[in-house]
Amino acid sequence: MTVDDRFARDFREPRDDQPLGTRNEIITGPVADWATDFSHLEPEWAADPYPIQDDLRQRCPIAHTDRFGGGWLPTRYEDVAAIAYDTEHFSSRAIIMSNFRPPHELAPIGGSPPISSDPPFHHDARKLLLPAFTKTAVSKQEAATRAFCHSLINAFDGQDIVDAARDYAQHIPMRVIADMLGFPPEDGPQFRQFVENTLEGVNLPPDERIARMTALFDYLLAQVHDHLDRPREDLTTYLINAELYGQKLQPSHVVGTMALLLIAGIDTTWSAIGASLWHLAQTPADRSRLIAEPALLPTAMEEFLRAFAPVTMARLVKDDTTWHGADMKADDWILLSFPAANRDPAQFDRAGEVVIDREVNRHAAFGLGIHRCVGSHLARMELRVALEVWLERIPEFSLADPADVEWSAGQIRGPRALPLRIG
Amino acid sequence: MKVQIDSALCQGHGRCYDLAPDLFGDDDEGFGQVLGDGSVPPAKEQEARLAAANCPERAVRLTDDSTTRES
Repeated sequence: MTVDDRFARDFREPRDDQPLGTRNEIITGPVADWATDFSHLEPEWAADPYPIQDDLRQRCPIAHTDRFGGGWLPTRYEDVAAIAYDTEHFSSRAIIMSNFRPPHELAPIGGSPPISSDPPFHHDARKLLLPAFTKTAVSKQEAATRAFCHSLINAFDGQDIVDAARDYAQHIPMRVIADMLGFPPEDGPQFRQFVENTLEGVNLPPDERIARMTALFDYLLAQVHDHLDRPREDLTTYLINAELYGQKLQPSHVVGTMALLLIAGIDTTWSAIGASLWHLAQTPADRSRLIAEPALLPTAMEEFLRAFAPVTMARLVKDDTTWHGADMKADDWILLSFPAANRDPAQFDRAGEVVIDREVNRHAAFGLGIHRCVGSHLARMELRVALEVWLERIPEFSLADPADVEWSAGQIRGPRALPLRIG
Repeated sequence: MKVQIDSALCQGHGRCYDLAPDLFGDDDEGFGQVLGDGSVPPAKEQEARLAAANCPERAVRLTDDSTTRES
């Protein structure tokens, strides 16, 4: 047996032949006009993006910004869907709209395959992950997830006010993905920092951003070494041993995919659980109906996913093109807002309302096309179990003070502070 | 009524086998599969319609004796 020395040398050590990406000036501050200067990182967007999106859909359905080095924001369902399907004109080489564009040479693999990958490589990298995330496979996590949700509520222990985002929602996906990757469960607090750095630290100075990403990759490499020493039945060992085209994966692929699963597995589901509880806390009629009719929960959950879709993706325009009337330049960003698509009245009746018994709900919360969220079955299981346990244990709850609710800024939107009065 | 899945469109969202588990299942990678020959008993026609109407990729098709329609 040969020693696996792929990880002996730090694959991140710079090489002379390594291409650099491009950086642009960081522009922050109040938005002058959302049609020409949008920014999903400003507090107004974080607090309530839906009126902004509704307004843009009416008057400028493909908005533009000069921030982030230039980008576009489609708000109609049909445009969001068309871009998601069009991998010929739009690349996933980067999927977080920021002030840095990775080098073209990074395509088609990207930094965190398969979400950052383009065809044809994408298909093969994704195929490696799919079996671990089927509905059947993730159902094996359900009993432990349910027990964990109960333990979180047990810990509320007599408090009148609890923070459902901080003390409940965030911990559930952290524990589940840590178990699947084989990371120590007590490392959860570090995961929260990694998530915030990756997804909310977009406008930080470059050096700070690099230092923070380095901490994430240092952590993941330490986990790889631990799994090389002590292989076990988890996704980390699986990725270390996985092969593509007859060879083991490049070390950057292994660690990039681990980063993806850790980051994308956490704050997305955390946001979906939190937003659902936020809605129920202020809508007693929906809450009592779900308690009276638990069988309605899967339908209601799809409506929460539609109305409060947590995830917005990004693409990069491949070449200069005029697309649906927009004069797009190579390397312009596309902010691919599934939340905006999900509230398009041309696609959904009563698009701006939460209708918990909506039977026909062709929403795009998990994306469309080849990049459909690989963890969607896991996310649905976690969301269902988290809401079932909460409603069973805490049927009565309300917002302690609406002014204390805080929403995350950036491409993943959900409550980060959600103080609820319970009982 | 019969159900079909266009495998060129299916991305494995799983809405069909969530909503109509008697008519659809999943394969080892989570893509939807029609169970049996796709014939829909009359009592399951509503489930079949829901599965078709909720597929985000519009990959589920319903057919009846004379026409094929996409919903």
